[in-house]
Amino acid sequence: MIPEPDTSRGQAEAEVVAGASPGGTAGIVVTPGERVADPWAEGHHPPAIGPWKLAARRLRRNYVAQAFLVLFLVIVVMCLLAPLYASHIAHIGPNANNITGTVSVGGQTRDVVSTDGVPIGPTFGSHYFFGADSNGRDLAVRLLYGGRTSLLIGGIATVIIIVFGTLAGLLTGYFRGVADMLLRPLMELIWSFPVVILGVALGTALALGGIGPVKGNSIYIPAFIIGVVYIPYLGKPIRGEVLRLREQDFVEAARVQGMGSWRIMLSEILPNLTSMITVFVPMMLAYSILLEAYLSFLGAGVQAPNASWGTLISDGLTYIQTTPTFSLIPGAMLVLTVLSINVVGDGIRDALDPRAQVRVRT
Amino acid sequence: MARFVVRRTASAILLLFATSIVVFGIFEVIPSYNPARAIAGRNATPTTVAEVSRKFGFDKPIYVQYGKTMELIFTGQVIDYSDNLNVDSQFAQRFPVTVSLVVPAALIWLAGAIVLGSISALRVGGLADRGLMVTAIVGVSIPIFLLAAVLLYAFAFKLTWFPNTGYTTLVANPAQWAYHLFLPWISIAVLSIGFYSRVLRSNLLDMANEDFVRTARAKGLTRRQVFTRHMLRNSLMPVITMFGLDFAVLLGGAALVTETVFNLPGIGQYEAQAIGNLDVPPIMVGAMFTAFFVVLFSAFSDIVYALLDPRIRLTG
Amino acid sequence: MAEPLLDVQDLQVSFATEDGLVRAVDGVSFTLDRGEVVAIVGESGSGKSVTVMTLMGLTRSPNSRFAGSARLHGGDLVTASEEDLERVRGREIAMIFQDPISSLSPVQRIGAQIAEQIRAHEKVSKAEALDRAAGLMERVGIPRARDRLRAYPHEFSGGMRQRVMIAMALSLSPGVLIADEPTTALDVTIQAQILKEIKQLSREMNSGVIFVTHDLGVVADVADRVLVMYSGRLVEQGTVDEIFYDPQHPYTWGLMGSVTRVDRDPPRRLPAIPGQPPSLLRVPQGCHFRPRCPHAFDPCRQVPSLESRLPASPDHLDRCWLDPADKRTKREIGGRIGLAEGDVIK
Repeated sequence: MIPEPDTSRGQAEAEVVAGASPGGTAGIVVTPGERVADPWAEGHHPPAIGPWKLAARRLRRNYVAQAFLVLFLVIVVMCLLAPLYASHIAHIGPNANNITGTVSVGGQTRDVVSTDGVPIGPTFGSHYFFGADSNGRDLAVRLLYGGRTSLLIGGIATVIIIVFGTLAGLLTGYFRGVADMLLRPLMELIWSFPVVILGVALGTALALGGIGPVKGNSIYIPAFIIGVVYIPYLGKPIRGEVLRLREQDFVEAARVQGMGSWRIMLSEILPNLTSMITVFVPMMLAYSILLEAYLSFLGAGVQAPNASWGTLISDGLTYIQTTPTFSLIPGAMLVLTVLSINVVGDGIRDALDPRAQVRVRT
Repeated sequence: MARFVVRRTASAILLLFATSIVVFGIFEVIPSYNPARAIAGRNATPTTVAEVSRKFGFDKPIYVQYGKTMELIFTGQVIDYSDNLNVDSQFAQRFPVTVSLVVPAALIWLAGAIVLGSISALRVGGLADRGLMVTAIVGVSIPIFLLAAVLLYAFAFKLTWFPNTGYTTLVANPAQWAYHLFLPWISIAVLSIGFYSRVLRSNLLDMANEDFVRTARAKGLTRRQVFTRHMLRNSLMPVITMFGLDFAVLLGGAALVTETVFNLPGIGQYEAQAIGNLDVPPIMVGAMFTAFFVVLFSAFSDIVYALLDPRIRLTG
Repeated sequence: MAEPLLDVQDLQVSFATEDGLVRAVDGVSFTLDRGEVVAIVGESGSGKSVTVMTLMGLTRSPNSRFAGSARLHGGDLVTASEEDLERVRGREIAMIFQDPISSLSPVQRIGAQIAEQIRAHEKVSKAEALDRAAGLMERVGIPRARDRLRAYPHEFSGGMRQRVMIAMALSLSPGVLIADEPTTALDVTIQAQILKEIKQLSREMNSGVIFVTHDLGVVADVADRVLVMYSGRLVEQGTVDEIFYDPQHPYTWGLMGSVTRVDRDPPRRLPAIPGQPPSLLRVPQGCHFRPRCPHAFDPCRQVPSLESRLPASPDHLDRCWLDPADKRTKREIGGRIGLAEGDVIK
C-alpha cells in the first residue's frame, strides 16, 4: 500500500473559491436562491484572521507543547534561583568541600563521606537532596548552579546568534556587493566546519589565554564561541529569504516612494522575517545548550571552577559503575530541558507553518 | 558533467586552503597567550619553547609561520611535547579504530532510517509512525555522550551483556570486534535514526502527491514498483546529501565522545585527552585533518548527488 | 447495437473531509465507443478531472467513497481490485496529464520511462522495449528519436514532453485514452499540433478518447460528443453540433456566450457568468445552477432529471426544467446565444 495521494486537499480548491476553508474560518455560505454577486461587497466580508492570531489559536490547542513549556519554565526558574537554594535550603555552596562533615537524615546522623570514601546517597531532604560527591559537595546545589551556567551560556549564545545572524543575513542578502563579498565567504567557511571541531578548536585556544580583557575561564568565552559557530545556521536561511523578499513588489514600491535602503530593510523586510526568526529561536537555544554540554564534557567549554551540566556529567563518568547518579541526574536534567525546548519549538513551527492553511491552486 | 566536477573540486581546494588558514589563525593568531609556550606543553623548558618557536617560525612574519606550520603538519613532524609523541603517527595508528567505529555505525544509521522512514510513511498515523516521531524528537535532545554513558551503565555494567571496555581488531577476531563495538555503534546510530527517518518520511509523503508518481501509477506499475523506483529514489537523494555532511561531522564530534566513554583507542580518544589537558598540538592537527576530510567528503557527496540527479549538472 | 467500449453508469465520487462530505461527482453516466472522441467540459471544481481520474482508479484513498460503475471489457473499474487495476492501467486505458514537466520523472531518461510502461505489461527485454520506445517517439513526431532516448525530460521543450507522454500512453494501443487538459500548459501554437497528434493516433489505433477541457475552441476542434459538467453533475450531453448550435442548459448558454467571437464586433464588456460555483460542501438544494441562473423558477427547487426533452434528438440530454420552446427564446441575447444578466428569484 503506497501512501495514498491526498485527495482531500485537491477538493479544497472548490472551497476556497466560495470562501469557506477547512480551517474552520467563516466564509460565505451560498443559500439556495441567494444571488452572490461580489464576495467583497457590503456585508459579505469574511472575518480576516492574521497569521499570528491563527498561530496562537493553533498553539493553544497543543496541550503537549504547553505542558513542556511549563516544565521548561520551572527548570529555568529553579536554576536561576540556585543561589537562593544554596543559601536558604542547602546551606552550602556549590564548591564547598565537606568531606569530614555530617548530616542529619531522618533523625540519624550520618557521615557525608564515609570512612572508606563512599559519599552519601540521595537524602531527599534539604541537605544533600541528591546526595554528595566524593568531595562532600552537595549534588543538588551543583546541579542547580550547573544548570544556571548551562542556561546562561545557551541564552547568551542564542542572543548572539539571533542578532548577528539576522544582521549578517540582511546585509549579505540585501546589499549584495561589498558586504556580500566579505561576509558571505566568512559565513560559508564557519558553516562548513563541523560544529564540534570548530567549537573545540576555539574552546581550547581561548581557554588557555582568553581573548582581550576576558579571561580564559569566563563563561562568556563558551557563550561567545557557541554563538559565533552557529551564526551561519541562521544567517544563511535569512539571506535566502531576504533575497526572495527584495524582489517582491512591495519593496519596489517602497523604493519608488523614496525610502532609503536602511529604512526599507528595517520597516519592510525585517517584519517579514519575524516568523522565520521565531521558529529559529527555540532551535538555536536547544543547539546551543547541547553544544555547550559537548564542549564542557570534553573540557573545551566551561572551565573550572565553574560547573555546567556537561562538566558534571563528565566528572561523574569515572564513577559510572558505582554511583551512576553522578552522571545520570545532570544528564536527565539536560535531556528534559532540551526536550522541552524542542517540543515547544516543534509546536511553534507547526502553529506557524503555512502549509497547514488551505492551499489555493491556480 | 566533467565541468561540474572540475568546478566543484576547484572550490573544494579553495575551501581547504581557507580552512587551513582558519585553523592556523585559531591556534596561533587569535589567542592572547604565547603560542610557542602553549605548543611546547606544560613541562616545557625555555629551550624547548625556543626550539618550538624556531620550528614554527614564531619569530618570523606571519606568512612564514603559516608556511612552516603547514609543512610540519603535513610532513608528520608535529610533536606533542607533553608526552613526546609524534602526533601524526599517533593519528595513523589510531585511525583504523575510529573507522571501525564510525563506518558501521553510519551504515546502521542509514539503513535503519530508510527502513523505518519507509514503514512510517506507508502506515501514516500508525504505531510505528507515532513511535518514530517520539524517538526522533527525544533523539535530538540527547547528547551522544549521555546515551553512551547510559548504555554503558545499563548493558555493560548492570546487565553485563556486553564488555565495558577494550577493542579487538577486525582481522584478529571479527566476532569479538563486533561484540566490543556493538554498544558504541548503537550509541551513535540510535539518536540520528529517528531524525533521518522523519525526514525521509516527510519526503515520501510529499512525493506521493507528485505528478510523476501519479503518472507512474497510471502506467500500470505495481505499488511496490512505484514506491521503490520512483518515490523512494527521489526521496532518498536529499537524505543522502544530508547524510554525507553528517557523516563527516560524526567523525569529528561523535567519535570523540563515544571513544572516550567506551575507552576505545581511536583518534577521538586521543583528541579528547588532549582537549582535557589543553594540549595544543594534537588538537590543532586533529582539527586540520577533520576539517579537510569534511570539505573533501562534502565535495564528493555533491558529485555523487549530481550523478544521481541530472538536473544539478546544468546549474552546477 | 454493439456494446460500448466504456460504459459509465451513475458514477458518484465523494470525499470525506474535515468539514463534511464533498460530492465531487454526483451521478455521471456516459458511454464511449472505439474511434470516437468525447469531450468533458466544465470549470475548475466541476468534477471533470475527478471523473476521469476515477476511471483510472487514481482517486482511491482512505477518505474517498464511490458508487455506480464504469465497465470496461466486462470489468468494473470502480470496484476492481488494485491488482486488476494495475493490469488494466496503461494497457487497456491510458491517460495523458496536464503538465508534462511535472508528470515525467525528472531523474529518469525518457526512453527508460516509456520502456518502463511497456515492460510493466509485456515480457520483453530492455533493449527491445527501448527499441519500441524509439519507434513510438518517431510516430508522435519527435525528431531524431533514437538519439534522444537517453535524454532527460528537462532537456525537452513543453510540446516535446507532451508528445512523449502521448507516446507513452499509446505505447500499448489502449482501447481508451484519457486526455486531461493536455494542452492547457502549452503555447497556443503547439496546442494545434498536439491536438492533431492525438486525433491522428487515436484514429490509427481505433481508440476511444475522453478529452477533458475547459476550452470550447478545443472542443469544437476534436470532439464528436460533448458532456457538460457543473458542480459535480452532468448538465448537458449531446453531439458537438447539438451543443454548439442547440444548447439546452443555461450554463451551456453562459459558456457559449462567454466566448468572444472573431466574426463579430468586440463587446464592450467581456461577458461572464455572474457569481461563483457553489462550495461542494454546501450545495444548493435542487438544481445546482439555480443561484446563478437568471431563468430560475419554482420547479428548480427540485433536482432536474437528466433526460432528452427534444423528441427529435433522443440522445441530447439536459438537466433543465424549462420548456424547449422557452429555452430557444431565452437563450438569444443580442443575436447570439448567451446568458442574460438580470434579477434572480429569491
